[in-house]
Amino acid sequence: MATFALPVPKRPVSCTGVWGWITTIDHKRIGALYGITAFILFVSGGIEALFMRAQLMRPEMALVSPEVFNQLFTMHATTMIFLGVMPLSAAFFNYLVPLQIGARDVAFPRLNAFSYWTFLFGALILKLSWFLGGAPNAGWFGYAPLTGLQANPGVGIDFWVVGLQVLAVASLAASLNFIITIINMRAPGMTLMRMPMFTWMTLVTSFLLILAFPVITIALLELMMDRFYGMNFFVPAAGANPVLWQHLFWIFGHPEVYILILPAMGIVSEILPTFSRKPLFGYPVVVLSGVLIGFMGWMVWSHHMFTVGLGPVANSVFAITTMAIAVPTGVKIFNWIGTMWGGSIRFSTAMLYAIGFIALFIIGGLSGVMHSSAPSDAQQQDTYFIVAHIHYVLFGGAIMAIFGGIYYWFPKMTGKFLNEKLGFWNFIFVFGGTNITFFPMHFLGLDGMPRRIYTYAEGMGWDFWNLVSSVGSFTLAFGVLIFIVNFFYSLIKGKQAGADPWDARTLEWSIPSPPPEYNFAQIPVVHGRDPLWEQKHGGHHTVPVAGGSVGEGHGIHMPQPSYWPIFTSIGLLVGAYGLIFAWPVAVLGGAILMIGIYAWSLEPVNEPDPAHH
Amino acid sequence: MAAAHAEEHPATTTGLDHRKLLIWAFLASDCMFFGALIATYLVYYGKSLVGPYPQDVFDIPVTSVSTFVLLMSSMSMVLSYSALRRGNIKAFRIWLLSTCILGATFIGFQVFEFNDFVQHGLTPRTNLFGSTFFTLTGTHGAHVTLGIIWLLSMFFYSFKKGGITPAKHLELDIAALYWHFVDIVWIVIFTVVYLFGVFEGF
Repeated sequence: MATFALPVPKRPVSCTGVWGWITTIDHKRIGALYGITAFILFVSGGIEALFMRAQLMRPEMALVSPEVFNQLFTMHATTMIFLGVMPLSAAFFNYLVPLQIGARDVAFPRLNAFSYWTFLFGALILKLSWFLGGAPNAGWFGYAPLTGLQANPGVGIDFWVVGLQVLAVASLAASLNFIITIINMRAPGMTLMRMPMFTWMTLVTSFLLILAFPVITIALLELMMDRFYGMNFFVPAAGANPVLWQHLFWIFGHPEVYILILPAMGIVSEILPTFSRKPLFGYPVVVLSGVLIGFMGWMVWSHHMFTVGLGPVANSVFAITTMAIAVPTGVKIFNWIGTMWGGSIRFSTAMLYAIGFIALFIIGGLSGVMHSSAPSDAQQQDTYFIVAHIHYVLFGGAIMAIFGGIYYWFPKMTGKFLNEKLGFWNFIFVFGGTNITFFPMHFLGLDGMPRRIYTYAEGMGWDFWNLVSSVGSFTLAFGVLIFIVNFFYSLIKGKQAGADPWDARTLEWSIPSPPPEYNFAQIPVVHGRDPLWEQKHGGHHTVPVAGGSVGEGHGIHMPQPSYWPIFTSIGLLVGAYGLIFAWPVAVLGGAILMIGIYAWSLEPVNEPDPAHH
Repeated sequence: MAAAHAEEHPATTTGLDHRKLLIWAFLASDCMFFGALIATYLVYYGKSLVGPYPQDVFDIPVTSVSTFVLLMSSMSMVLSYSALRRGNIKAFRIWLLSTCILGATFIGFQVFEFNDFVQHGLTPRTNLFGSTFFTLTGTHGAHVTLGIIWLLSMFFYSFKKGGITPAKHLELDIAALYWHFVDIVWIVIFTVVYLFGVFEGF
């Protein structure tokens, strides 16, 4: 048989400069890219919120038009959920999971880079809609037929439909990667029940992602078929059922809620034991309650649809499952309090945020149990009471934990502490601002103020609390500003932090800060939960968990960087814009994608030589 | 050293190759893609306001033949993999190419069928049945097409020296898992969409 040579593309070698970042496949650099990009997008979502709060500060303000207000609340929620909290969590997944399980990288480093670039391009498609003919305007849930061509002919929904599908590709690739990494790449001795809680929650979240995102992707695909090719999925005139979208959306949407909150719970479960100097109270129960939340998250979606008219049986069943899912969540809260009980607590900024998380998440959780009751929800549906609830669980919950996580792991990532004094004021303003902004929304909601209205008449009794809420939102923004100042200040002038500045418990603290490219000079051997703590304070185990110091990394071959992940992602970006604007461009995008995939798979394998382990 | 550790410590890995685990996890995810599409089809079953309806267009004998062709492609896939494991590269190539040809035949049937349906006045825009049917079977057809491209790439790559060797059977194993999965999805589609679509009383 004849043989023929294939053109084998060369892999880049340099790891420095801009090209070093563009071609990087190092999970730590990708984590940093995720974190910085997501934080910028988080700030942009915050600015959208400030516009809304400014508009609602007084009755009958005319700062923005009703049309722009619709775009603002749609983009605010879409940004915060898909471009803020999820990628901020992904930043932690990327940076920490390999370090916590004693691995040198994730299972598929190039796929990991592909996930980041695809996320970035999906985010661009969504955010640039502001400048390319109008942002989406139908709410983050995009209920069809409101998003159908007949009701919503503008190009905004097109960006939303296509952008979210691109983001779905990024999320799926990333979660598949983390599932394989966690299941297959743990250090010797690290059984599942010895895994750090954050890694556990990453695993559960990743499973939720790979099973929930396909459902929204298909719903978006169907909507896209309607809008671009004139099909009938959500066209009532053709007999389509308007409830179908709601079901598809919330079958994804409710697991999504846990996709947002489980990583935060994982972060808090790492911070609390360290700063209480106690092991996590009831570790197996915390793990199992997390897994249980992952399962039960699939059984509650219709509580978003209590007022649709699904009938008393469906409403009762979903009310009961919704109340039931509060149980494992409550179990976690008691375990966190139990962890602090009797500990010698250090009130670092990270710890303040973790405690703030528990406090605010309890409030958000309790209002959640209130509208789990269908009759009560009928009163609260589409009022500011719901807005208060989601912001207590997502801002008071997820974002508090993420800030805590940043304060906790910043020394590991940079080798420097974030300034604790600025951190204290950062926490005070964010915590205070959160409560001043969102607590009055409970009163507004019970007073009957509907969500998503761009203004209200004077004399409805809503003036005072709206003013308070708006003042609170600017307080909150000031708190975030302190964080940004602290970030840059500490990056330049921060106090040096050693390998283990907090006297912590898990493997990532056993290696230098910032970690070398290969993470572990020697793959650690784990003999129990909290391996580093055991080594430092346990007495009877003297086996080193990790060969730590710099300069021992000779002979460790890390995979070289690659051009193809970003190249392949560009194919998706071009293809996505092609779908919106002109199909020949989509063909071009498809061609780039195919070239990228072939070059990717033909690239010389450059994995670490097993002989050197 | 690694072996010694494996005895000392409980397993912290499945022992499966990362890529094999990846394809299994991906297929789990793909189940949800098809699940959502099939659910949409069933929700809208019998809800079209205008014809043509399933019983007006389906030709069960023809689709049975194309189904049989696709199922046979799974068999030749197995034979190809088994030949590679035995080191019989020639048989591996022949069965691999047969798989591609059978897959392409199935796609040919689908193109013929879609054309025929359009002749009967059923397009994706006609009614709910058209929208759901073409999107579901079109997504499946796209999966098969992707599989053909994948297998053909492996076929050509096997002519490169050291491209596909018995030691690298995992690469074929992964593609085969995908191929069989797509076949199994078709069995579901054939039953739920075609057979249920023409039997009265369903």
